[in-house]
Amino acid sequence: MIFTVIVLALIAIVGVPAGLTLYLFFVEKGISKLSPKYRKKMRPWLWLAPALIILTVFLLYPVINTIVLSLMNEDSTEFVGLKNYIGIFTESDMLIVLRNNALWLVFFTLVTVTFGLLIAVLTDRVKYEAVAKALIFLPMAISFVAAGVIWKFMYEFKPKGTPQIGTINAALTSLFHSFEPQAWLFNPKINNWALIVVGIWMWTGFAMVILSASIKNIPKEIVEAARIDGAPELQIFVRITLPLIKPTIVVVTTTLIINVLKIFDIVYVMTNGILGTEVIANRMYKEMFNFLNFGMAGALAVLLLIAIIPVMLMNIRRFGEGAKRR
Amino acid sequence: MKGTVINLAKPKSLAARLIRFVRQSPLHAILICICILWMVPTLGLFISSLRPRPLILSTGWWTAFTTPFQFTIKNYLHVIQRANMGRSFFNSLMISIPSTVMPILIAAFAAYAFSWMHFPGRDTLFLIIIGLLVVPLQMTLIPILRLFNRLGLTGTFGGIWIAHTAYGLPFAIYLLRNFIGGIPEDIFESAFLDGASHFQILYRIVLPISVPAIASLAIFQFMWVWNDLLVALIYLGGTPEVAPMTVTISNLVNSYGGGWEFLTSAAFISMILPLVVFFSLQRYFIRGILAGSIKG
Repeated sequence: MIFTVIVLALIAIVGVPAGLTLYLFFVEKGISKLSPKYRKKMRPWLWLAPALIILTVFLLYPVINTIVLSLMNEDSTEFVGLKNYIGIFTESDMLIVLRNNALWLVFFTLVTVTFGLLIAVLTDRVKYEAVAKALIFLPMAISFVAAGVIWKFMYEFKPKGTPQIGTINAALTSLFHSFEPQAWLFNPKINNWALIVVGIWMWTGFAMVILSASIKNIPKEIVEAARIDGAPELQIFVRITLPLIKPTIVVVTTTLIINVLKIFDIVYVMTNGILGTEVIANRMYKEMFNFLNFGMAGALAVLLLIAIIPVMLMNIRRFGEGAKRR
Repeated sequence: MKGTVINLAKPKSLAARLIRFVRQSPLHAILICICILWMVPTLGLFISSLRPRPLILSTGWWTAFTTPFQFTIKNYLHVIQRANMGRSFFNSLMISIPSTVMPILIAAFAAYAFSWMHFPGRDTLFLIIIGLLVVPLQMTLIPILRLFNRLGLTGTFGGIWIAHTAYGLPFAIYLLRNFIGGIPEDIFESAFLDGASHFQILYRIVLPISVPAIASLAIFQFMWVWNDLLVALIYLGGTPEVAPMTVTISNLVNSYGGGWEFLTSAAFISMILPLVVFFSLQRYFIRGILAGSIKG
């Protein structure tokens, strides 16, 4: 037992890089026997080969395969056309899934960007900026799973009259005496919001750091000049800061959208999608492992891809131009 | 008006400082409140993980600060010995380290070829890789799972290494291609004149120069894999011998329900490494996270 573990660790830490280096070494040795013309032709492809093979087998082919599977039945034996897609947009529990993703998309993104902006502006004016930013960025370091546990504990519910051990119920009942302790994760009216709060708590630091860097890039003279002219701070923010950092806000928003569309872990750990909290990625997992409906699971994945295609095209245009300009 | 501006920028006397502080006090109040709000959830978890079981279940964690102080490390011992957390910690490392090294090395080869070799279709190929950057990994789950099932790779470290390598590659190639492409041409020319081969240039010059980019990339990829739940759930199929911490903890959540003494300590164990990385390598960490956040 201990022996296999040590061998595994060695393979993992030494073997993998050594193997890859050896590959390149033998490639160079092999092509050194070729004529210079062929060597020059072959070399790039052999250097690219590991990357291209892995990308083709584990990304490109699966994408095409999933699109095909999404047009077939549960066990991929029969072509059913758009039946799975029609199901997504008509079945009532699927509509709840779509509604939840839309809730996440709109409110998670909106609140995270707003909070991030607010904190970026506030921290810009104080001496303990670095500490405050580190504290708020910290949740980005931990896993969604750990964050799920942390917040499950925050939301913990005990019946009215008994001492509350969940921070939120305890704080609210001691502040407002008429407040009834809530089962935040089980009450279908509020559980989606409770989950979205966890996402916001994790990602605000991300939005803050990027927006803060962008605010610091604004030339000091512009803001100073406005202050000397007697412009109130709020007006400076709305008329000067906001327009200047608009491109960054767009970048942050798109990034948040890409990530929130695929949200999975928070829901899996905290409610596992029961009581109307399911989102696309969780439903897909259930279709795969609980219902064994690979057609529907594929269709849900394709739906995510379609939602992300505009961002993909934007990236290709933006980064592609940069690459050619080199 | 001008006078106040200068005072705001450089408070000279104590009085001026006091005025400035009072004027800014709402700002400080708001900011400190936000910081406390952001801290409380993590703090509550950490303190609870150190309290004996009956107390966690009957009183709030904030009462731990009142006498009698009752703290224990029993929860941690229990979780490490009985709930498989020790093994899971090792598994997380076993999954994360190769899943970080593999894509970075393979991407370095590719990025070098994309930057400093000429071949037909170079730009198109690079654009395709940029397109793959944001492909949701959900698109790949079913075909790869079926492939792994056929090859017997489900539930093995090897399978999940390859999967994470594939998911990390487009971003790694993109980032390294930008960095390696930006290395001045003179360096390469003088190296060639000295008779160095491409292989030597990559390992002796390009990789050492690229350390800042590689550091950010490595931290991002390592944290991504360390914190991943979905990929591990799918390809490791809940085999306890290979389960990383994220999978073990989510199983604990489902099986123990309200077993807070285990959950809090288990969650904190899983956070130790990311927190150490965060505080010791903050600059690279933030840079890596920001650059990598577009990954699919």
